[in-house]
Amino acid sequence: MTAITFTAARTQSGKTTASRRSAGAGLAKQAAPAPLEDAPALREALPAQEQATERKTALSLRGLKRRFGDKEVLKGIDVDIPEGQFVAIIGKSGCGKSTLLRLITGLDQPSDGTLTVGDGQQDKRIRIMFQEPRLLPWARIVENVEVGLTGISKGPAARETALALLAEVGLADRAGEWPAVLSGGQRQRVALARALAAKPAILALDEPLGALDALTRIDMQRLLERIWRQEGFAAVLVTHDVTEAVALADRVIVIDEGAIALDLPIPLPRPRRHGGAEMAALEGRILAALFDEA
Amino acid sequence: MSQTATSATLPSAATSTGPQSSSAARARPAAGGGSRRAGWALFGNATGWILPALILIGWEAASRTGLISPNVLAAPSAVAEAFWRLLLSGELAQNIWISSLRALSGFAIGGAIGLVLGLANGLSALSRNLTDTTLQMIRNIPHLALIPLVILWFGIDEEAKLFLVALGVFFPVYVNTLLGIQSVDPQLVEMGRAYGMSRAALFVRVILPGALPSIFVGLRYALGIMWLTLIVAETIAASSGLGYMAMQAREFLLIDVVVLSILIYALLGKLADSLARLLERRFLQWHPAFQTA
Ligand SMILES: Nc1ncnc2c1ncn2[C@@H]1O[C@H](COP(=O)(O)OP(=O)(O)OP(=O)(O)O)[C@@H](O)[C@H]1O
Ligand SMILES: [Mg+2]
Repeated sequence: MTAITFTAARTQSGKTTASRRSAGAGLAKQAAPAPLEDAPALREALPAQEQATERKTALSLRGLKRRFGDKEVLKGIDVDIPEGQFVAIIGKSGCGKSTLLRLITGLDQPSDGTLTVGDGQQDKRIRIMFQEPRLLPWARIVENVEVGLTGISKGPAARETALALLAEVGLADRAGEWPAVLSGGQRQRVALARALAAKPAILALDEPLGALDALTRIDMQRLLERIWRQEGFAAVLVTHDVTEAVALADRVIVIDEGAIALDLPIPLPRPRRHGGAEMAALEGRILAALFDEA
Repeated sequence: MSQTATSATLPSAATSTGPQSSSAARARPAAGGGSRRAGWALFGNATGWILPALILIGWEAASRTGLISPNVLAAPSAVAEAFWRLLLSGELAQNIWISSLRALSGFAIGGAIGLVLGLANGLSALSRNLTDTTLQMIRNIPHLALIPLVILWFGIDEEAKLFLVALGVFFPVYVNTLLGIQSVDPQLVEMGRAYGMSRAALFVRVILPGALPSIFVGLRYALGIMWLTLIVAETIAASSGLGYMAMQAREFLLIDVVVLSILIYALLGKLADSLARLLERRFLQWHPAFQTA
């Protein structure tokens, strides 16, 4: 695998334009569209897909269903996720969010419907980050990151990539230690480095921050956002935290009883600060959809 | 971290891998210090030996003052004399050697079969359905109860001892290997699959290491059974070995040799256990229970 290169250029207005050159595909992507502070209502009115017409589709779900016995957990999900979009999925416990992610990552097969990754031609890498770090306790930190390179690179090349990723998540000095000595937040950062190792086109995250304390959580949210902006993968984040969803995502999808109840674009400029009035309004709409008040 | 965070370029991070990899090496326990500690570990820590030493002194004193009659228990000095006598005649070394050989070959055979069957039954439902019920039934027979049958089959030849030791060792290894594999965290297995590990890689990198702590429990338990079985088998059906030596001594009322034999069992048992602990420490370094400081 060739060395990964990123360049992040910061324009004077503070907006960031990130362009990505990945090993094979030389695609450049415009980061989040310029914010329209004065017309949030107008932006909101646009369907999420239309905003991203210029982008190629990373993931396309058509009538996706999953049954367990005679219980239909997912009752036909239709979504297109453009390349590089950050999607947050919210829903009550047991509504099928994890099931959806397992389908996306190929850990489970749909009962009905289709799931197309990219243009369906070439193999795009999809990675999942679980709620638990799921590190191998018997492998050193750096070796755990190398698990992410299984079947991709080996030996010194893999070690180099893994160490670079550990530096990226701020754990370069812990490379030789056992997972048992790390804190929960640090372990989750190792898991993030592992998920990123193969430069996935799509990263699915199943409540990866759910078990962390509030402060570590904010740290991790910032890290996640920074890395997402650098690498430009499409992120699908399952979360229970409405504030987190609005703070991180380009688009929030609310799932209720196995179907999409709300598909809401979040057109706020980045970096976002917690607690703005617009954020509160969006959070209100999501909560309303969650509790069927819409 | 803030430095890397703002400039945030992977190439710059990659160039600094040199110092990182050296710090990775440093984080591992230094080899020199480890081996000295390993030497101590073979016989446990020094404090563990205070009590045996005190008992020995008390025992010698009791024998000298006539509190313990020599017909009941030989004094430690008499035992030491017997030890010296048997060592010079070469009889002791010969018997220890024969017993150890029997113990280890029986252990190797029974342990290997137990490990292989445990792995097979842990990994394959077909294999488990086929054999587990039968094995559980055999397990409920105390293996020493088979001695009369074994004598009928093998007489007092080597095979008899090998068979009994192997049988005794088999079950703890089998049961704990199976248990170890069944209790491997399914979330880790799922993670391995999500990262595209082949079945072989999944076994070597996830399942086997996950089952290892349990396999070691079986191993240490099996070592205890190994000595027990061998000594019993040797006292009943043998013409050499430590158990035979103790039986002979009993017939000639050589109480010092009987006591000596018992002490040697204790030492050999302790030695085997320490060896297993050493291996455990080596292979389960990652386990929080084995991490020093
Ligand atoms: N393998 C399975 N067999 C049977 N039922 C299942 C299976 N996996 C999930 N389910 C059921 O599907 C439903 C959705 O489960 P899922 O784990 O996707 O929920 P979730 O939205 O992720 O919930 P949470 O927010 O609590 O994680 C649940 O009712 C669960 O019992
Ligand atoms: Mg879930």
